[in-house]
Amino acid sequence: MLLIPCPWCGQRDEIEFRYGGAAHVEYPADPETVDDATWARYLFVRPNPKGPLAERWCHSQGCRRWFNIVRDTVTHQIMRSYRMEEAP
Amino acid sequence: MARKHAILDGFASRFSGVASSSGGRIALREVPFSAQLDFRANPADGRVVDSVHKALGFVLPTDPNTAATAGGRSALWLGPDEWLIVGGEGEESLLTRVLHTALGETFGSVVDVSANRTVIEVSGSAARDVLAHGCPVDLHPRDFGTGRCAQTLLAKAQVIIHQVNDAPTFHLFVRTSFAWYLAEWLLDAMTEYCAEEPIGVSVPLGGQESPSPLRG
Amino acid sequence: MTRLASGGRIDRSRPLRFTFDALPHTGFAGDTLASALLANGVRVVSQSVTYGRLRGIFSAGVEEPNALVQVGGGTGSEPMLRATQVELYDGLVAESLNARGRLSPEPDVARYDKLFAHCDVLVVGGGSTGLAAALAAGKAGARVILADEQAEVGGTFLGGRDLIDGRPATDWLAEVATDLAALPEVRVLSRATAVGYYDQNCVLIAQRRTAHLGPAAPAAMARQRLWQVRAKQVVLATGAHERPMVFAENDRPGIMLAGAVRTYVNRYGVVPGHRAVIFTNNDSAYACAIDLDDAGLDVPAVVDVRPNPAGGWPDRVRERGIEVLAGQVVSDTAGGNRGLESVWAGQRIDCDLLCVSGGFNPAVHLFIQSQGRLRYDEILACFVPDEAPQAVAVAGAANGTFGLRDCIQEGLAAGAAAASAVGFGDGHPAGAPQVETVAEHPIVPFWLVPDESGATQFVDLERDVTVADVRRAVGAGMQSVEHVKRYTTIGTGSDQGKTAGINSAAIVGALLGQPVAAIGTTTFRPPYVPVSFALFAGRTRGQLFDPARVTPIHPWHVAHGAVFENVGQWKRPWYFPHDGETMEQAVLRECRAVREGVAAMDVSTLGKIDIQGTDALRFLNRIYTNAYDTLAVGHCRYGLMCKADGMVFDDGVVMHVGPDRYLATTTSGGAAAVLDWMEEWLQTEWPDFRVRLTSVSDQWATVAVAGPRSREVLRALAPAMAADAVSFPFMAIREGMVAGIPARVCRISFSGELAFEINVASWYGLRLWEAVMAAGEPFGITPYGTEAMHVLRAEKGYAIIGQDTDGTVTPQDLGMSWVVSKKKDFIGRRSHRRADTARPDRMHLVGLLPVEPEDLLPEGAQLILEPRQEPPVAIVGHVTSSYRSAALGRTFALALVKGGRDRMASQVYAPLPDRLHPATVTEPIFYDKEGLVRDG
Repeated sequence: MLLIPCPWCGQRDEIEFRYGGAAHVEYPADPETVDDATWARYLFVRPNPKGPLAERWCHSQGCRRWFNIVRDTVTHQIMRSYRMEEAP
Repeated sequence: MARKHAILDGFASRFSGVASSSGGRIALREVPFSAQLDFRANPADGRVVDSVHKALGFVLPTDPNTAATAGGRSALWLGPDEWLIVGGEGEESLLTRVLHTALGETFGSVVDVSANRTVIEVSGSAARDVLAHGCPVDLHPRDFGTGRCAQTLLAKAQVIIHQVNDAPTFHLFVRTSFAWYLAEWLLDAMTEYCAEEPIGVSVPLGGQESPSPLRG
Repeated sequence: MTRLASGGRIDRSRPLRFTFDALPHTGFAGDTLASALLANGVRVVSQSVTYGRLRGIFSAGVEEPNALVQVGGGTGSEPMLRATQVELYDGLVAESLNARGRLSPEPDVARYDKLFAHCDVLVVGGGSTGLAAALAAGKAGARVILADEQAEVGGTFLGGRDLIDGRPATDWLAEVATDLAALPEVRVLSRATAVGYYDQNCVLIAQRRTAHLGPAAPAAMARQRLWQVRAKQVVLATGAHERPMVFAENDRPGIMLAGAVRTYVNRYGVVPGHRAVIFTNNDSAYACAIDLDDAGLDVPAVVDVRPNPAGGWPDRVRERGIEVLAGQVVSDTAGGNRGLESVWAGQRIDCDLLCVSGGFNPAVHLFIQSQGRLRYDEILACFVPDEAPQAVAVAGAANGTFGLRDCIQEGLAAGAAAASAVGFGDGHPAGAPQVETVAEHPIVPFWLVPDESGATQFVDLERDVTVADVRRAVGAGMQSVEHVKRYTTIGTGSDQGKTAGINSAAIVGALLGQPVAAIGTTTFRPPYVPVSFALFAGRTRGQLFDPARVTPIHPWHVAHGAVFENVGQWKRPWYFPHDGETMEQAVLRECRAVREGVAAMDVSTLGKIDIQGTDALRFLNRIYTNAYDTLAVGHCRYGLMCKADGMVFDDGVVMHVGPDRYLATTTSGGAAAVLDWMEEWLQTEWPDFRVRLTSVSDQWATVAVAGPRSREVLRALAPAMAADAVSFPFMAIREGMVAGIPARVCRISFSGELAFEINVASWYGLRLWEAVMAAGEPFGITPYGTEAMHVLRAEKGYAIIGQDTDGTVTPQDLGMSWVVSKKKDFIGRRSHRRADTARPDRMHLVGLLPVEPEDLLPEGAQLILEPRQEPPVAIVGHVTSSYRSAALGRTFALALVKGGRDRMASQVYAPLPDRLHPATVTEPIFYDKEGLVRDG
């Protein structure tokens, strides 16, 4: 059971959150102009590192804000938590 | 006008029995029909904040998980630009006007959510322990006290918990569709605190974890 | 009798009667079942699982591999408890188990509950180290939880005879207890075993609260409690488990761990034999020899594998005239049906008790669960904690620190440091008390006594695994201790190999010619001890298993005999049977009422989201596949949304309720996911949009009034509201008073008939429903449930998201290109022209008419094209919805069929167990294709 630092509400139990997958996956500026391969990469290809991973969470049972954390996928240590508008 | 129907009407007698069966350690009741407005505004906009302050007597809280109260009305922090404004029964139109006036032409929103949630009031010396059976948030006085609020889960229901006094008394704002479930859950969680037979188990050391005899 | 006349922490004034394997015995308050059995001279407590060998009590604690018992009878019967951990109560009934428990067939009616707890410092283990840590942290002002697995704190030193400040250690214990009790922020949990250590210092503690009370346990009190503790700092003071050495015939009753024997003598006043030999490779067992000698036993010899044990402990033993056989081993034993009779240590020594010590393994289970790493300490000859990523410290024997003085000092330091790390105190503990220490002669690692005779040498007593089994595993090519574990089953018993695991690693190492340090340990996973499923379930069972969400109208449905269906967490009326009616009859009647008269349904469960702001329109156009530019205030429009991959995600109706303000409905089960989805795009991709979203699902109660006569009902309820088809057209919204209640009425239909949905504040929901039923009575208004609703919408070919779709279906697959804008971008649009989503042979939603009009195809039935095929049979689709229709007078179905729109009028077959069921592919609309009845 992770303890996740919501940038607003502070440390809360994992059960209050919804997972949103990898963060900083860029939505193509104009999807209509990208080729199928590029679009498929946006849709389906995600980083899966052994180590730090930036990922999105939503404090859905709390303040409902989406935010990012950097979590080590091996130790589950959370190194950083930052708001959407903050730089990665 | 038709009469309102409290969602926990059918629980009234079971709720009222708790105070005596717990030996006064817990009291439980529904506080239905309070006016509740979901208010979104920019907290950095001094004009909005001042306007609300003038009209309602409190400054919109900007510290997460805190509430401001004045004249029987409260503002509960829900998010960095979101509050639940709570007032008495029937005040939703008044509060809507006040908040719309405060917003003026600035970006924000006012949504009447008075009938979205009911309020279950849990109070008494054992209230904190009862909630701890299902609430992952630390309600210890060092971490949470009068004037604090939190949106979290109580068992499997989303709630807004607002501590309103040091009794302690907690107001649990729960969606009406979850109210029956939460009422049943609370009554069940109180079983040990409302036992017919006093529960006193000697623990050789410390022993604070076991309930002391409930009566006498 | 083997009970000593005095001593121990039992209460000789409180005798307790109990039975074991149907024989009556007597023990004392303070006994465990194990100590009481030993006191009654019961030496054989079980037979081993594979070989049926006689086994006795081996240990005094959680590591016990042999003395597994079933306690209690009937519904309270608990299988596979360790006699070493069962507290005696009057009337206790226990039976031996041969390593297999018996579950009671009856439901467990006892309460089990859960409590969330938070603290600055969690101390696990209430021995000398843990008490010192809790005291230091508590005195610094921190919130402390001390969890101890036993009935009484003190840990191993309750079984010793140490002096602290020149007085018995138990005096110090009493003082610490008093001090801790006086600290209001220190909570001591007894009978509480930390069973799991998870991320960010989340520790699960299983507390046994009433089992020791036997029949006197209060029914209202939770029998066990699961503490979910979140600690800022954790101090593990979990002690160490003594390990045996492995030799021939090492499993006889009477062969015990030396430290356990000390515990029985000193804590319980029991001597588990008459003539005892000690077999050791370290100093600790010498104290056992002295305790037994003082208790009046004959102790003929200490067999010490070390070539020249010298110094404090060996000298003290020699002074008593006890022979120390240096450099010797116990290489064989002999015995009968009461267990051990003699051992061979270069000579035959008659004895009925052999006290074995091969050293100590720090109890690092929780530390490993916390993701800590171990290192092998060559001097201590054991694995000790090394680095840990979490905020955890290990102290005392769990850290390889074995002397009492050092344990207390380390505990105090760890407690003070943990408190200081979270802002309490300066990290410097108070001074440690004085403890007499004796210089120790170092341990010599020794695991396995060589044996050429082929005699049986047990490694894992609970699993009945021998050295020969390990040899076989290594011979078969296993080199990892994890593989050997699975091949041999070592460590897979309910004791999880607490006395066997490290020995097996050492033996594997010996067979492979590698040091134990290179072999390592297996991974220790939660739970540390067996935990009942009932405890994990807690109160999350029965009606509290999952929230049953109800609408404000629910009491009426209950009072009127509705049969309910679970829709997500909602309880929705499925149908309202009349007396003697079957479900089929009721549903046909309800459908007929909608098509021919008037009927009402509670649709309050739909999710509702308030969307407002100057960019609300822009937002809706991006979220939904269709466009809203032309939707005027006071009107509503059906909307569909896709995920970025182009697959249908949810649908609903968007109402334009005011300038820059919309109300969107979602499916009943999809409300939370849709809101999170909308917020995700709003907050992460379009933060500049001036849009605010608010969930109002429970604000509104909604009653759908449907059927050709629904307008008459609305007129009766709202005389001031113009309800004719021109004044109140399809997909229009009107606000006004309905039955004296402020309401918003929408002309929406999910059945194809004339219909109105009336929305009121939820606290008026029940009143509105009652008013609708009263106003509709002259027209024969009929309440209808979800089943009739499903039939009616299917007759119109309206898909239900989640029933007719499964996350792999596009709007085009549903034949709903009409709801997909060609002009604007929306989430998922780009995906609709990916090669895979654009191909013509995708699964299309089609209608099916079974060739036999009474044939009701089961939902989920697979479909094939050719009736006669050799396997493998090509599946072309499946039935998603299937009903009996009152309007059609026959059955019909919806199905997803590969290239279905190109198969109109062709036949498919559902291969069901009885036979093939043929059906004809049709357009997915069966009723009023022209939309003639919509205006009533």
